[in-house]
Amino acid sequence: MHDMVPDVTARPPAQAEGRLVRLSAARPGDRGVILEVRAEAHPSPARSRAGAPLASRSARKGGGTDHGVDVHELQRRLLEFGFVEGARIEVLHEGAIRRDPIAIRLDEMRVALRRRDAEDVWVLLDK
Amino acid sequence: MTGASAMAPARIALVGNPNSGKTALFNALTGSRQKVANYAGVTVERKEGQVVSASGRAISVLDLPGTYSLRARSPDEVVTRDAVLGKLAGEQAPDVLVCVADATNLRLVLRLILELKAVGRPMVLALNMYDIAQRQGLRIDLAGLAREIGCPIVTTVATRKRGIDDLVGQVERLVAAGAVGAESAWREPAAGEIRDAHREAQRILKAHVKPPERPDTFTGKVDAVLLHPAAGLVILLGLLFVMFQAVFSWGKVVGDLIGDGFTAAAGLIAAQLPHGLITSFLTDGVISGVGSVIVFLPQILILFFFIILLEDFGYMARAAFLMDRIMGGAGLHGRAFIPLLSSFACAIPGIMATRVIDNKRDRLTTILVAPLMTCSARIPVYTLIISAFIPSRMLWGFVNQQGLVMFGLYAAGIASALAVSFVTRRVFWRGAVEPFLMELPAYKIPDAENVARNVLLRGKIFLTRAGTIIFPLMIAVWLLSNFPGAPAGATGPAINYSVAGRIGHFIQPAFAPIGFNWQMIVALIPGFAAREVAVAALGTVYAVGSGDTSPALLGHTLAQHWSVATGLAFLAWYVFAPQCASTLGVVKRETNSWLWPGVMFAYMLAMAYVAALITYQIAIALGAG
Repeated sequence: MHDMVPDVTARPPAQAEGRLVRLSAARPGDRGVILEVRAEAHPSPARSRAGAPLASRSARKGGGTDHGVDVHELQRRLLEFGFVEGARIEVLHEGAIRRDPIAIRLDEMRVALRRRDAEDVWVLLDK
Repeated sequence: MTGASAMAPARIALVGNPNSGKTALFNALTGSRQKVANYAGVTVERKEGQVVSASGRAISVLDLPGTYSLRARSPDEVVTRDAVLGKLAGEQAPDVLVCVADATNLRLVLRLILELKAVGRPMVLALNMYDIAQRQGLRIDLAGLAREIGCPIVTTVATRKRGIDDLVGQVERLVAAGAVGAESAWREPAAGEIRDAHREAQRILKAHVKPPERPDTFTGKVDAVLLHPAAGLVILLGLLFVMFQAVFSWGKVVGDLIGDGFTAAAGLIAAQLPHGLITSFLTDGVISGVGSVIVFLPQILILFFFIILLEDFGYMARAAFLMDRIMGGAGLHGRAFIPLLSSFACAIPGIMATRVIDNKRDRLTTILVAPLMTCSARIPVYTLIISAFIPSRMLWGFVNQQGLVMFGLYAAGIASALAVSFVTRRVFWRGAVEPFLMELPAYKIPDAENVARNVLLRGKIFLTRAGTIIFPLMIAVWLLSNFPGAPAGATGPAINYSVAGRIGHFIQPAFAPIGFNWQMIVALIPGFAAREVAVAALGTVYAVGSGDTSPALLGHTLAQHWSVATGLAFLAWYVFAPQCASTLGVVKRETNSWLWPGVMFAYMLAMAYVAALITYQIAIALGAG
């Protein structure tokens, strides 16, 4: 079962507690508080490990992100949806293919989003 | 406010987050006094209704598309923003805004309210689903909240019609008080301002709303099953299976009854009137034209019944979640799932349903591939050809060979839709798809009246929209197939001498490599009006008892005239061919350009030809010629 876990999200849970992670790398059961919502263009380490298609796609755009909108627009959409600093987050479910998308509880709401759109949301996991 | 202006109906607009029960409130307010149209120049649905207050004041209610922000991103949200700002062409600004909120989920709507306050229009906040909030033990300090946001609050339960009179009363009071909009101070907020607004919303929430004592645990428990990576997909497939069973078994039975009714009516008229052009126009043109639209009504109604039921329950967002990665692999948005699903009944409602997709390219891709999903109009053709050319044999003891071919045709449609979308996104629009951010609403038991009302509404829209396009087309096709008439002493069926017949003869050489004879081409021309018409047209061309569309007899005739290779090529052709003028018409209207119907026609024609060519040549090589 464990070797089915793709590189994208592989992370021993024990080490992660109390750590700052991208929401894109969180796993079901992870809970914490949003510390920061950034607007950065970056091929994340997670993404460059994710295999050729994704890596080449981000390279094509000069290392930029691949959200279909620019990072500032993505940031505003995330903020409007309630991904704001201080909001409580708990990852509830993940999809069957490459564990994507993820369903999370965001304060009192339930929200679904793709991991690649969640890279700029930084979560401080509970200890 | 005196005189004439006091007599004019007050105008209110409903605005709020998706899933706030806004449409249910609209239905509770207006009942059956509502009208659906399009906004001028755009394809966003415009729903307006009337309500009369206790004191006799007429109020017109506009139901605006749901949104999380006035910062519009989709055509729907542009309409909401412009209507709220009073800038929408051809629309009067609303006198009062009614902000509809899900009382159990106030955080996001509070931020929207702060944006709406900046617009400066008089506003009432309707706290909807208040019964659920009470059941959860959620305590809202209504007076404090109203003071804080500076507008009156009404609690409503739209599905039980509770609080409706209160709401109307509040609106009336605001209008009577002569409250007028201040100058709008709204502008697109920057990231920092959105954060500030959230902080403000958070503060208000903390001061006036106590978290629920008995929060909803039902949704979490159901999600544990429905969103499970394996079980969730199995359940989704099971639901789809039940849906299609219902559409194709119940819907088809009723549809066939209606079809028989129209055939009988045509027969009755043919018996009463003398043989001639007028009779032919009435029976073959008008009655079968109207009939060809109406036979699909039961299937459309059943499909929309399921879609609306699942939507109201809160499942559709889960379906999009489960399908997003699978669709995403082909470059489609998770939300394209619902439009593509609708396209199994008919591509027209499917293409109309693509409005839920924000991004233009995501939406265009979905529109372009929607007609590849096997719509119900292909079924009569598939059934006829399969029963004529595929022996009804059991394979491995339990699989019917005819059923297997039918399944294969469906699978070919789905596979080709995914392939075309994949190629489009990789070759033509090499951008990523839009961010996928979607609320997963709490599960709710659907309200029977609301479901019924919305299903009937979809049926009405289908009839008027499809009817207004298909009907004139049927007349045009009838003209092509009947003029000029057969010369005196002609032996073959009259259609051979008509314009359609001549076209068929003229272009037949181009179709020789795929094994089509000229009779088939002639039948395909009327079949362009609507796919299933080709069946009747084949009957006409082969002169199988005029007016009688007995499939068994026609199938027998076809089996005598066509080789197996030709029959298979015809099936392959039908999987892809753009044999539906109405679809192209709808695409023209949805995209507001002839470019996209043109692209659609060209690529589908090319795929149909290539598929039929490959099928025919392989079948010939295998000795089925």
